[in-house]
This record gives sequence, structure tokens and C-alpha cells, in this order.
Amino acid sequence: MKQSDLLIFNSKGIYCPKAQVYIDPWRPVNNAIITHGHSDHARFGHKKYLTHHSNIPIIRHRLGEINVQGIGWNEPILINGVKFSLHPAGHIIGSSQVRVEYKGEVWVFTGDYKTEDDGVCTPYELIKCHTMITECTFGLPAFKWKPQATVFEEINAWWKSNKEEGKTSILFGYTLGKAQRILKHLDPSIGKIYTHGAVENMTSVLRPQLEMPKTHLISKETEGKEIRGNMVVAPTSAHGSPWMRKMVPFETGTCSGWMAFRGARSRRATDKGFVLSDHCDWQGLLQSIKASEATRVICTHGYTDIFSKYLREIGYDASIENTDYEGEKEDSSATENSQLA
Amino acid sequence: MRKFAQLIEKLDSTNKTNQKVAALAEYFADANEKDKLWTMAILSHRRPPRPVNTTLLRVYAAELAEIPLWLFEESYHIVGDLAESIALVVPNDTHHSEKTLSTILEELVLLKPKSDLEKKEYVQQMWLQLDYYSRFVFTKLLTGSFRIGISQKLMTKALSQVTSVPQDELAYRLMGDWNPAKTTFEELVFGRNEQAYVSKPYPFYLAYALECELEELGNVSDWVAEHKWDGIRGQVIARKGEIFIWSRGEELVTDKYPEIADLVNFLPPGTVIDGEILAFIDGEIALFNDLQTRIGRKNVSKSILQKVPVIFKAYDLLEYNGEDIRALSYLERRALLEALIQKTNHPALHISEQMQFSSWAEVAAERALSREKRSEGLMLKRKSASYQVGRKKGDWWKWKTDPLTIDAVLTYAMRGHGRRTNLFTDYTFGLWQKNESGENELVTFAKAYSGLTDAEFAKVDSIIKKTTLDRFGPVRSVTPTLVFELAFEGIAFSNRHKSGVAVRFPRILRWRQDKSIEEANTLDDLKALIPK
Repeated sequence: MKQSDLLIFNSKGIYCPKAQVYIDPWRPVNNAIITHGHSDHARFGHKKYLTHHSNIPIIRHRLGEINVQGIGWNEPILINGVKFSLHPAGHIIGSSQVRVEYKGEVWVFTGDYKTEDDGVCTPYELIKCHTMITECTFGLPAFKWKPQATVFEEINAWWKSNKEEGKTSILFGYTLGKAQRILKHLDPSIGKIYTHGAVENMTSVLRPQLEMPKTHLISKETEGKEIRGNMVVAPTSAHGSPWMRKMVPFETGTCSGWMAFRGARSRRATDKGFVLSDHCDWQGLLQSIKASEATRVICTHGYTDIFSKYLREIGYDASIENTDYEGEKEDSSATENSQLA
Repeated sequence: MRKFAQLIEKLDSTNKTNQKVAALAEYFADANEKDKLWTMAILSHRRPPRPVNTTLLRVYAAELAEIPLWLFEESYHIVGDLAESIALVVPNDTHHSEKTLSTILEELVLLKPKSDLEKKEYVQQMWLQLDYYSRFVFTKLLTGSFRIGISQKLMTKALSQVTSVPQDELAYRLMGDWNPAKTTFEELVFGRNEQAYVSKPYPFYLAYALECELEELGNVSDWVAEHKWDGIRGQVIARKGEIFIWSRGEELVTDKYPEIADLVNFLPPGTVIDGEILAFIDGEIALFNDLQTRIGRKNVSKSILQKVPVIFKAYDLLEYNGEDIRALSYLERRALLEALIQKTNHPALHISEQMQFSSWAEVAAERALSREKRSEGLMLKRKSASYQVGRKKGDWWKWKTDPLTIDAVLTYAMRGHGRRTNLFTDYTFGLWQKNESGENELVTFAKAYSGLTDAEFAKVDSIIKKTTLDRFGPVRSVTPTLVFELAFEGIAFSNRHKSGVAVRFPRILRWRQDKSIEEANTLDDLKALIPK
């Protein structure tokens, strides 16, 4: 990194020295632009937040009363002569890429993103730039997603067959993003859809901006036999907890990009792994970088060393910067647990 | 192929025995005769020899995926399984192959002698024509490493449900030297081919580790004890003027041990003895280490025969005068065995001494002498017990010596395999030693990859990632900070190891978070454990 760079990485986050603005900072700062609501990107303690309108209910829900300003897609704002604008990242609802322009030079920070239209959030928009700061959570050629229609056919078929055997289906996924994507594409003609409290809370926050099938919250009073044969959507952290006892007999499924690996599947002790990620796969990353026409690429999190080495080999000026972003975590995370509280 | 792949997927996705047996039974009920036979062969580790070496497979896969070889290798390090890595990176199928499992396996047998160019064309075409899971299974068949947690027991159970042949009989029929290319399902499971029976071993009776107090076994006078010798469990079969030596891994090893094969001229036809192949140097039982120099050898030279001679230490008699005597009591079989060995009087055929005790305390005292006698501990056998099939509880127990232990420092870590993929779980350990300039340094002495809980592995993994000094492919060297108590079964001097010491079955006993690396043991401490 050069000090003259439009965006630099310091101990607090990704920083634009000319505008004195941070993007997704991991330490408290004065001015923060937030790409999306996941807790490794939207943190507590900044004086001012700037984010897309549709992300505001999410971060208000998670961070409480914060000083936040919302803007729309493609609505440039000028800060000290630097032009900032947000563009859909297709990762989860309200997720943005940040485009930064100064004197004709354009940088893009992708945040977390995926190129496939998931039918829930505004689809990823390609932006041309000179320098692209990209995540590479799944930056290995071993990651190759199937179209989501295929994955949801598998999920619904699994639910159906569990129901025929008198078993309840429990699907695990992130509370924010994955859970709503699952809800949206479950086939309600098979049975009723139940939710864990954490999923229900987040989903109710998003219902005003998103059409989703009816869900039933599992409370203390909910009886085991009424759930039987139906679908339960729960956060990853609920796996193996006493909360599941009521659902016996059940089959468990996990929706994550990591489910591509047999090892990850058996480590999670999940009956069935569905490869479903809100991040780009290998080709998705490469195609976005190519289409952006960027010549310089900075990799922030994921398999950064391998991915950037490959980019250099195919002619990019590629480097790595360390951040506190986590991408899609392989194991149920402490952050998810704290969201339940 | 698809059906077989679906079977493997089902078996792989559950750890419930009943579901596994059900999936197998369903498959056996439906599959054609040839596929059934090959499935049984694969699940009992009778695979055709590897037709293409794995180095070439990597090159073929990288080429088909249009990625550089180094990138394939990196992906493999992270995925942790070669067949899985290949199945993941190769582009998805365009049109499906309808070939059956048996067709593919027969093709693999024919592929082996072909040129590299023909191999490449065949393998790449197959990859392109299979769906993801079939591609994975196909590649597993190519690489010859199929560990999916299906024991012989589960397979015979499922087969028994479908064929109504009793499990023990099936276990016997599936033993020994049969080749799916040369027999049929009908003949193997129902047939009576005398020729095939000449070399056929009996299923081994195996013991579980003792899981209760000795006193709970009842009256000590109902039991006998034997030392548990540390060699290769085997069966010597003398029938119709021929001799066969089988290892417990169902490998025919007759040619490797000519000393024992010499018994062909001494044992009466129709004799089957269960026992242990042991190295025997200067009139004493030698170490497993010594025997190891014989195991891998295809050509047994004169010099190795002189350096490391072997004997067969007999435990039990299973066939006598051509009759299956497994249903007799242990004592009855033992009497016949003793008489037979005395009569045979052959220098390579020894009997494993049988010991009777008047109290359990005496049994425990004998066990304490195990290391001195170069045994792994004791076997406890009920006098009235028949010779059973497979691992069974109740009448036989193994009571091994407590392991030796030492505190060592973690120096290198490698990514694990299978369910530990993507985590650093395979460790190398060092002990302290003074170098020429008098400074303490860590000398590598063992590798271990089991003994911690998943939670501990996760913690250690994160420390390894933070303390990494250097990377060599999948291996990382770390700043030494972690101390572990390692356990192992045997120990001996070795000039094949940098430390000068070889330990057997090293594993992690516990993480010594209470110890600093300075408090770990020295190499001299380890050497002091070697029996004089």
C-alpha cells in the first residue's frame, strides 16, 4: 500500500485519508460506511454510520440506537471531494459494494458478495474500476456452486422424504441472510415452517421489505407433536443444543458453502449438507474481477495467499491486506451465539 | 456406477449402523450379480491394483480443470482427500455414462498395462461423464484408498439379510483368496467349490480390550492367560499337501516366510493353526521393529533370513484332521494343539505358553512383566469358550500394558484428512537435546494425530495459525509453545530415525497446558525407557 492510495488499510479498518472516512471498520471511528449487517462488517461504537436504506432496520436491530444515514443504490455523495456510491453486492438483503472515485481514479470494495441472483436481495451489479478490493472466502477451484434452483429442489425433496418417514427437518444457516433465503424458497405446500427465536426475530425485522412465507415461532409452549414432519429453520449455533430435543425424531441439514467438503460435513455432525453460499465461488470471483477491468486487486479475507498468487500468475497486480473480516465461518460462531442473547 | 455411488454416499452420510446395514441390504437386493460381487470385493479391500499412479492423476485433473498444477496441489492440501479434490475441480458432467460398476472395474484391470496416453484419455473421459459423487467414487477406486467405515461384519450382516445365508458362514465364505474377476456371486455365496476351499482361512476371533475389573470376570480358575505377542496375527493352513499363511489383514503371505512355509512337510493335512508371526533372533523373541524389515519385502534374501528369522507362535487349533473344531472348548482345542506341536517338532513352530493362576493378583503381576517378555500385555481366555467369528465380547479379553508416556513439544503441524480437513491436526513432536555447542534444541521423535477432542483441536489449530514460522506445502513449522503428553506402546533404538529412537503407536494422551516448553522431557529421558 502506498500512502497516496485512495484507500488504505490501517489498524481500524479500510480508510480513505482524503475523505477521512472508514469502510466497515473493526474499531470505533467517527465516520463509517457499512456494506452490510453481518457482525464482522457492522460493528458497534462508531459516531456516524452511512449505509443503504434497506440495511438500516438490520443494523438498528443489532446495534440499537445509532446515528445512521441511509442512501440508495447509485446515489453518489461527495465527502471532501471524494465521490462515494453504494451498489448492490447480492450477498444478503441490503448488502452493498462501495465505489470510491477521486480525480478519475476508481476503487471498489466489494464487501461480501455473490454473483447469483438469490431472489431475495437486489442482484449483484458489476462496476468497472481500476482497483478492486475483494473478498475470497471461497477462492479455491474446489468451490463450484450449483444453481440455487437445484439446491432448493434438493432441500424440498429432503423435507418431503423426511416427512414421509415421520421425521422433522431442521435446517441450519446464518440468522441474517441465509435463513431468509431458505424461507423464501422452501415449498410451503409440503408442510408448516417453524423457526428458532433468533431466526424469527431477524425475519420479522425484514418482513416489511421482503415477501416471505408464514412462519411459526417455536416457543416453550410449542408441543413436539405439532412440529413433527414440518420444517424448522434455526441458526447454526442451535445445533446440538437441548433446544433440539423437542423435535425428536429429526434429520438435520446445514446450508453453507463449506458443505462442499465431506470433512466439514462430518465435523458438523450434520445429517445432510447443502452447498449453499452467499459468497462467490471460484469462477464467480474470477469473472467479477475480469469484468471489472481492474488491473490491481487487493484480497481481504478467505484463501488470500493462494487466490492472490493465482491472480498474479494470470497478470494482475494482486496483493493481500489483513482485516478482521471472517467471511462465511466454517463452524458455528461465537458471534452468532451473541446474536441470540 | 451411479447406484454404487449412491450407496457409498448413503453409507458415508450416516454413522448409524442400522441405516448402513439397511442401505447395503437395499443395494444388494437390487444390484446385478456382477456388481454385487465387485461391491463385496471393494468393501472387503479386494480392489484391482492401482492402474494409474496418483502423480499422473493430479496432472490429468489440473489439465482438465484448466488450472496450474500448484493450484491443484494447494486445493488438495485444503480439501485433504485426493479423490475428493479431483471430483471438485473437474468440470461438471456433460453427458452421463451408464456404465455399471463391474464394467468400470473390468476396464480398470485392463487399463493398468496401457500407455500413459491411453490412461489419460480414459480417465479424463470418465471424469467428464460422471456426476460429482460418481466421479469421487470412481477416483477413489483409482487411488485405491476406500475408507468408509464399513466393517466386514456390517457387510455380512446385510448380505445375510438378503441371501438368508447365516452371517458366520458368509464371513467364512468371504475369507481368503477369491477374485471377483474369476468367480461369480452364486458360487461365492452358495457354491461348493472344493478347490477354492483348500486355501480358505477361518475368520479370526478377535478380542475387545478389557473393560471391567478383573474380579468381575468371575472365578480365576475358569480362565487361562497368555501373553499377547507383538507380531503379525496369522493362520497357517496345511491342506492337501499345500501350505498357506494368511495374515489377519487377509493377505496371503506364504512366500514371505519360508521358515514357516517349510511346515508343509511336517504338518498333517487338514490342519489350521491360529498364531502370531514373530521375529526370533538369537533364540529370543525380537521386536516388532525387526519384523518390520521382513514385512515389506517381496524377495526374501538369504542375508535377511539369517538376520531376522521368524517363527510362528501358535495360539489355537481351528482344524484338525480336516475337521472344523472351532466349536470345541478352548481347553479341548488346546490339548490337541499341544500334542500336535510336540509331534511336529519343527524349529519354526512354537506354542504360546498358557498360564493358569490361582488369584487375579497373580494375573496382574504377570502382566507387569509383559514388557520384559516383549509382549504387549495379556490375553485372557475362558476355558470353556469356542472359537468365535470376529470381534466378540465375553470369552476373550485383551489386557494390554499401560502405555509409556513422555511430555513433548509440538514443532510442526499438518492439515488433517477426512473430517479434519482444513484444520491442523497432524502434529510432529520434539524432545530436548543438547547440541554440539551445548545449547538445548528440540529433536523430532514422533508424529501423532489422535487423542484430542474436537474442541481441543480447534484451539490448537488456532494457536498453530498464529505461531506459524514457515510453510512447506501442507506443513507448517511453528514457534514451540505447546506441550503434550504422548503415549506409546513400544520403544526401541532405531537408526532409521533422526532421534535414534522408534516408538510404536504414538498418540496424544493430553494437552499439558500447565507445562512450559522448558519443562518437556529430554531425548535422554526417552532413551531411558528402552528395555535393556
